[in-house]
Amino acid sequence: MALLEVQDLRMTFPLEGGGEVAAVDRISFTLDRGRVLGLVGESGCGKSMTALCLLRLVPPPGRIAGGRILLDGRDLLALPEREMRRVRGAQVAMIFQEPMTALNPVLTVGSQVAEAVALHQPVSGRQAWERAVALLGEVGIPDAVHRAHDYPHQLSGGMRQRVMIAMAISCEPALLVADEPTTALDVTIQAEILMLLRRLRERRGMALLLITHDLGVVAEQADDVAIMYAGRIVERAPVVDLFEQPLHPYTQALLRSMPVLGRHTDRLETIPGQVPSLRDLPSGCAFRDRCPQAIDACAAAVPPLETRPGDRQVACIRA
Amino acid sequence: MTTPAPLVEVRDLRKHFPLGGGLFRRGSGVVRAVEGVTFNIRPGETLGLVGESGCGKSTLGRLILRLIEPTSGDVRFEGRSLYELGARELRAMRRAMQIVFQDPYGSLNPRMRVAQIVGEGLVIHGMGTRAEREQRVRELLTLVGLPADAGDRYPHEFSGGQRQRIGIARALAVEPRFIVADEAVSALDVSIQAQILNLLQDLKRRLGLTMLFISHDLRVVEHLSDRVAIMYLGRIVEIGPREQVYGDPRHPYTRALLSAVPVPDPRRQVDRVAVTGDIPSPVAPPTGCAFHPRCPHAMQVCHQVVPPLERGRSGRAVACHVFPADLPADT
Repeated sequence: MALLEVQDLRMTFPLEGGGEVAAVDRISFTLDRGRVLGLVGESGCGKSMTALCLLRLVPPPGRIAGGRILLDGRDLLALPEREMRRVRGAQVAMIFQEPMTALNPVLTVGSQVAEAVALHQPVSGRQAWERAVALLGEVGIPDAVHRAHDYPHQLSGGMRQRVMIAMAISCEPALLVADEPTTALDVTIQAEILMLLRRLRERRGMALLLITHDLGVVAEQADDVAIMYAGRIVERAPVVDLFEQPLHPYTQALLRSMPVLGRHTDRLETIPGQVPSLRDLPSGCAFRDRCPQAIDACAAAVPPLETRPGDRQVACIRA
Repeated sequence: MTTPAPLVEVRDLRKHFPLGGGLFRRGSGVVRAVEGVTFNIRPGETLGLVGESGCGKSTLGRLILRLIEPTSGDVRFEGRSLYELGARELRAMRRAMQIVFQDPYGSLNPRMRVAQIVGEGLVIHGMGTRAEREQRVRELLTLVGLPADAGDRYPHEFSGGQRQRIGIARALAVEPRFIVADEAVSALDVSIQAQILNLLQDLKRRLGLTMLFISHDLRVVEHLSDRVAIMYLGRIVEIGPREQVYGDPRHPYTRALLSAVPVPDPRRQVDRVAVTGDIPSPVAPPTGCAFHPRCPHAMQVCHQVVPPLERGRSGRAVACHVFPADLPADT
């Protein structure tokens, strides 16, 4: 059984003057224990909202409007809030792009990690602190015994992200959801944090849902990749297949439009137009206005995510 | 071979920001944001300026346009020192030098229509009649690929990529010869970023623009630049033709940066140059070579002596005691 199975998940925002838009529109995917799924897409595609759905932390007035989120076979959407609080941190933890907003500025980092430890484990205050110091050391904070007394603003962005990771892994969750965990960091620090995540994952057998816009990060870290566009998953494949033989025209265009180190070209390929507003999606396939392969039939219906040989799926009638 | 006279000459430029008292425990000290930078930009050339946060690259860009005053040093534009100009002459010079910012949201006045924003520079510099200015604004909007009716609308009606096009049209309005682009594509999604990069490439060719392209993104800089400068803690550590800096990086920091960039090839084994630790504070930079605490090759001399930026035979310059621009193997 998969660790995480998301079925037909739908998340909506109400519109002023009635009606609603779906930021996440009937997406389904699975993630096995210890594996890494990269969830990739451009701003507004619904990837961050998907992450918040998994922890049931959707900001109001947004709401989860349908579907199931099975963690170890248990539907998180059916749990009372009390039990959901036990799941957060203990079984599913999350780290964000900007750790400063997620850390309390008036508490030392050691006490915040200790608090996370004590939240789900029957330990004394002293044990929680010692565990916190050990965790800070494990995530690569030098001289953790002393740095545990620092406040968040005294640490660099990379160190703050390490503190977030220490909090996230404090209760040994089976699933870590990481939303753009390295996007705000410099490239040398990003490399260290990605290495740390890999080491922790391998040591603890933790599964990772890695949300990012950076295809380079995905290529290095993920086992499988799902590409999102306008609230839907348009393609999912094992990482090598996705990069070597992308099926969806959007995936193909995305891969061609990014500059690649050491591959200097005079011009980049571009995707014409821009991502459509969720309020104003074209009928049928949401990508068809920008798609070089679109035909009249693409306007008729939303293409379903169909299974293809080689453990992959694509939502395109032309692929 | 004669090289044309440089359009921009930067000479031993320094900027130290005083630390305010009160909030800081020690109450004094300076941030050495730019610490003795020297380079030229030739006409028609794009110089990419790369570095991580706090390295001083944005401060350097603003010093070169004299948007802020330096602590010491000089910037010459077409042979004339910007710092010797009076207010009137400086304003005239400003026509020739423009900047495009990262944040297309924060840098456009939300209460002005796009035509006013783009045409403001023309009014300030007294260029053309009203009818000519209106015509020029329409041409500029077309040039950067915006719809014909864009001029009548407000910035908030546009997407991030379109707002960046507005910012570029505004910069181009006064027919500058030199543009500083400061993280101009960093806030954009990859598909939109590609559109703006191609636009900058086109404009560079059609208008013969000279550009300082500042970015933390090595992929984007490689794409657009003829020459590349790598900055670390206020100093240039390596500068040279793009192919040399990217194809055969010399400074250990350049190598670390390049090897840290994720490559979109899942079959490639990740093989990183190990650098550890954080970027030191520019308030208390390390002695000697500022990179030595993170450098896997550091020797005794690196702790004590700041390595000078020395030019090699091939035109590249490196500031490193261990890996100079001309390796012994080259001779």
